Amino acid sequence: MSIHTLSVLVENKPGVLARVSGLFSRRGFNIESLAVGPTEHPEISRITILVSVEGNALEQVTKQLNKLINVLKIVELEPDNSVQRELLLVKVRADESTRRGVVETVELFKAKVVDVSPEAITIEVVGPPAKLEAMLKMLEPYGIREMVQSGMVALGRGPRSMTQAALRSVERTA
Amino acid sequence: MAEQESVNGAQSLVRSLEEVGAEVVFGIPGGAILPAYDPLYDSTRVRHILVRHEQGAGHAAEGYAQATGRVGVCMATSGPGATNLVTPIADAYMDSVPIVAITGQVPYPAIGTDAFQEADISGITLPITKHNFLVQHADQIPQTIAEAFHLALTGRPGPVLVDIPKDILQARASFSWPPTLDLPGYRPVLKPHGKQIREAAKLISAAQRPVLYVGGGVLKAHATSELAQLAELTGIPLVTTLMARGAFPDSHPQHLGMPGMHGTVAAVTALQKADLLIALGTRFDDRVTGRLDSFAPNATVIHADIDPAEIGKNRLAEVPIVGDAREVITELIVAVQTEYAAGNRADLTGWWRQVDGWRQTYPLGFEQPTDGTVSPQQVITRLGQIAGPDAIYAAGVGQHQMWAAQFISYENPYTWLNSGGAGTMGYAVPAAMGAKVGCPDKLVWAIDGDGCFQMTNQELATCAIENIPIKVAVINNGNLGMVRQWQTLFYEERYSQTELGTHKHRIPDFVKLADALGCVGLRCESAEDIDATIEKAMAINDQPVVVDFIVGKDAMVWPMVAAGTSNDDIIAARGIRPVFEGV
Repeated sequence: MSIHTLSVLVENKPGVLARVSGLFSRRGFNIESLAVGPTEHPEISRITILVSVEGNALEQVTKQLNKLINVLKIVELEPDNSVQRELLLVKVRADESTRRGVVETVELFKAKVVDVSPEAITIEVVGPPAKLEAMLKMLEPYGIREMVQSGMVALGRGPRSMTQAALRSVERTA
Repeated sequence: MAEQESVNGAQSLVRSLEEVGAEVVFGIPGGAILPAYDPLYDSTRVRHILVRHEQGAGHAAEGYAQATGRVGVCMATSGPGATNLVTPIADAYMDSVPIVAITGQVPYPAIGTDAFQEADISGITLPITKHNFLVQHADQIPQTIAEAFHLALTGRPGPVLVDIPKDILQARASFSWPPTLDLPGYRPVLKPHGKQIREAAKLISAAQRPVLYVGGGVLKAHATSELAQLAELTGIPLVTTLMARGAFPDSHPQHLGMPGMHGTVAAVTALQKADLLIALGTRFDDRVTGRLDSFAPNATVIHADIDPAEIGKNRLAEVPIVGDAREVITELIVAVQTEYAAGNRADLTGWWRQVDGWRQTYPLGFEQPTDGTVSPQQVITRLGQIAGPDAIYAAGVGQHQMWAAQFISYENPYTWLNSGGAGTMGYAVPAAMGAKVGCPDKLVWAIDGDGCFQMTNQELATCAIENIPIKVAVINNGNLGMVRQWQTLFYEERYSQTELGTHKHRIPDFVKLADALGCVGLRCESAEDIDATIEKAMAINDQPVVVDFIVGKDAMVWPMVAAGTSNDDIIAARGIRPVFEGV
């Protein structure tokens, strides 16, 4: 199994996410993470999907996705040529005796304390999955009360924009 | 820009159907779709045919589409009306049949409230439609209908559903035609890549043991005359899948018949032993390949399909070609001619000697039953010979379907309709009805089993009342024959729940049933009467006819590749396993 990051531009229409996620489940593809949001163009949304596939199944995933009428463009973002980020909010047990250690970890990872109470600290950290994992490992001994993690979002490096190309095709048919 | 007319949503829908060229709609009214039926009442350009069950409407739309090449249309109300369309929609999805299903939906504000007759039909049909729409504004109706028809028919055809809430059918709307299509994500590739075509032509001219493996896409692309040219130019043996029967004349000497689980020994074996498969508009379905890892093990694959996702899905293609079958074949012809002109042409004499050997040693055939019963294969063979190659044949699913695929000689495209991918029992009668509506001057025979027939025969009432004189041959063996065959072969003859009682109790009596449905009912119980009964049925043209052919229950479909086994292990007939010299 290998994990790939697909950036999928779709028409911003009702039910598109259901079409995409439904396609993954019925074709037996595994979604590791999924994030949806608007783009700089109101008629286009971007779905970032981490898909875990075996062998040459990735090609089948992208071909099936491309068959969805509302899908405009799919690009695989290679880790070396893209910026990939996740957001983690984690609430860690921290009282007077341990708070100093927790805050030190926060500083080490250039994370941020976003909420403090006498028994706990809530931390916000943004980064690639490896950084988030490393930080969680450091925080675990203090006791993690709860945490939430966003899906991965990613953009290709360099000046090029995949939305531009997709938008041109939108305008062509409009 | 065309002039804007002020109408309501329902009028806009009917006007759109008129403009898009939908000459017939199969459907049943009900609460949510009711507004649409009011303007439909006045339409002189759209004929509505009132069916007895929405499943019948869906299969009729499929039969119409498969026989005419035009989009078939069915209509139903919300909730159960819409869910009754699910089976034919799934069927059309599997077989790439262009249909548009129009469903009423509860009023927009009521969506999500579990309102009376509410079902999320666009959600339900997401995985079985090429695309679907939930109309959100009455002004969107013309554009949505135009897009639905465009999507259904172009690229890889398929079913499209348009769900319209009742309040939107009732709302004021503006209508203008033609609307602008807005499908930025839909760009089917029709024209093949020149480099791939040249690569394919090189392989075709050099192959020692090539086979043209032809699927339903060739029919969908209207490429049968191009196919004939390519076949005759190259002299390569050719097989037609279940969905492609009729794409190439059965009488042609290069035609080895149907491949697959119940294919001819020659077709199955030629694919197995081939060094090159030229796959055109076909999808390496499991019923064709048998065990995939042992399918055509020594073959290089050229795979041309309009749907890129089919290429490499089941079998890796050394030469993938994305494009419309007609354009692909047309370009292949030119490219192969260039190769031949350059002196590149392999000699196929040795290959043909082998292929002909298999064909002569293991021809399709059947044995007459020894228990005095009528042979179902003989009934179907005679039906094909008497009704002839210009008739349209629509089959249900099971043994009778396989025999109809094997023993009727298809000489013309669009004369064989069946449920291939989904295997939907009950397809035959409504599909035959739809085909007859689309081709009123053609003779249309439904070939059905007694099990299938009991699923959808109520549409004969529609046929009788709407003057759609189809003919139905019920191949009545009193059993769910194909299931029984598997029980015979794989479950020690333990016939669990396959005896239908149509012989033992004669329930129902199909002759009386035909009569009750306004059809002529005939019965044939002996081999001597087969021809006379068929001829009698052929002579009746003002009413639907049902012929109850009482046949033996022990006849089996041969050859057979058992499910999950290799095509190398094809059984030609019970206990007869062909032996092939090494290739």
